[in-house]
Amino acid sequence: MVNGRTPKIRLLNAGKSFHTSSEGAHVALAAGNLDIYEGEFVCLVGPSGCGKSTVINLMAGFEQPTEGSVLIDGKPVLKPDPDRIMIFQDYGLFPWKTALDNILFGLKCRGVSKTEAKKRALAALSGVGLSAWAQRHPHELSGGMKQRVALARALAVEPSVLFMDEPFAALDAFTRLHLQEELLELRKKRKITIIFVTHDLEEAVYLGERIVLMAPNPGRFENNITIDLPYPRDRTDKHFDHYRKKLFEAFDLVHKEAGRIRKEAEEIQEDGSGI
Amino acid sequence: MAEKIQKFLLPTLAVGLFLMIWQYAASHYTPELFPGPTHVFQAILELIKEGRLWKDITISLTRFSIAYSIAVTCAIPLGLFLGRCRSCLRAIDPVVQLLRPISPIAWFPLAVLWFGIGNTPAIFIIFMAAFFPMLLATISAVRSIPAINYKVANNFGAKPALVFLGIIIPAAFPGIMTGLHIALGTAWIHLVAGEMLGADSGLGYLIIDARNFLRTDQIMAGMLLVGILGLLLNKLITIGEQVINKQWGINGQR
Repeated sequence: MVNGRTPKIRLLNAGKSFHTSSEGAHVALAAGNLDIYEGEFVCLVGPSGCGKSTVINLMAGFEQPTEGSVLIDGKPVLKPDPDRIMIFQDYGLFPWKTALDNILFGLKCRGVSKTEAKKRALAALSGVGLSAWAQRHPHELSGGMKQRVALARALAVEPSVLFMDEPFAALDAFTRLHLQEELLELRKKRKITIIFVTHDLEEAVYLGERIVLMAPNPGRFENNITIDLPYPRDRTDKHFDHYRKKLFEAFDLVHKEAGRIRKEAEEIQEDGSGI
Repeated sequence: MAEKIQKFLLPTLAVGLFLMIWQYAASHYTPELFPGPTHVFQAILELIKEGRLWKDITISLTRFSIAYSIAVTCAIPLGLFLGRCRSCLRAIDPVVQLLRPISPIAWFPLAVLWFGIGNTPAIFIIFMAAFFPMLLATISAVRSIPAINYKVANNFGAKPALVFLGIIIPAAFPGIMTGLHIALGTAWIHLVAGEMLGADSGLGYLIIDARNFLRTDQIMAGMLLVGILGLLLNKLITIGEQVINKQWGINGQR
């Protein structure tokens, strides 16, 4: 499905390093390449420190690469854009606004007329099944509801890309399963490109068409795994199991490697302190 | 039900106990030296009859509202600005920290020299007392707005005016309210000082005037009234604060 098309998002030798006064240069992401195609659902997974959040922040324009470039639709990403909305783990709802007003905020930024905005916001709310909660403030909503509102706010402005930075990590297991299904359901209606960061391997297999496995020290792209399973996927299915096993094995390698490097680093430090 | 009884019964009992202790303590002295509650209430009635009480209360409250309003209109815009402009805050912070520990009462000689005796020195001193708590609370309220709010606004392409009116002001509002609450208390305390020193009317002046005539009952009457009015003002702003906090979702659903 990917052949013969130009990528929607391209990382060309893109890398990011920080300079700290105490440790000198710290490489959050080693220069690497990644292509994501229009309408693709890509999951970024990897152990902590692998730079997956850095990658999504670079693509969303919240951060700038220190080397190489990030292109979307062939143009360099210089700042965030309403055509590409980020969904955060802690929702990013404005606590002083009702659910409806939170969604209206996004539309107001886009200059949508009042009546049109109201119509679209209500439609977006009903799309996530929260019509009855329009006048509630975020503190009156559960975590799952808050994330649904954030999702509705994003979808109301009809972006072509959705960045999701561990969006369901703070939710309980049941709510997480529900939201995963709802996300796939919403995507059926409009084939939006989704980049989804998670540390939950099973979530990645359930959602992604492709999984990009990342490795730490320094953060880098390690492996691409295409999940060639139709939606909706069945977690008890043997094909699902096959991919889960494949991903867990690949992750295990990365994890062990990371552990080995950390151990070596600690030994070097200990030797150093002995002198 | 038991909760309600406790809420009203306990404070009433405490006030009653306070009055009893006061009466008992005062019974050991002459009323001229240490008047008991009955003498003080008589003095209040006397002041009401003379028509003086309402006049002094109105004057004090007017001065207070003028000074407090000026402080609000100066401190909040300045605080919003300094909260957003890091380098401006760095530049101005030493001056603020230098002026802040100076008691507003220390300004009194200059205030009288500049403005003469009357309303203005009292207003000036109340202003000085209210200004810094408001300013510092506003600055810290703006600075503690979570970065995610700006990130979201930025992502949706919000214009600077919308970020200011739609994000910064409402996000900082509860923090600013806390500052207004604190400032109300300190300003009210300094109202008496301001009127004792630089005015010839108002509750502070009532106290100093009573001293000149050795009317200890009126001194205590003045003190009691300052306390009661302060309590009422505090109650008023607490209710305002609760309404806002409820809407902003602070302290949960209560």
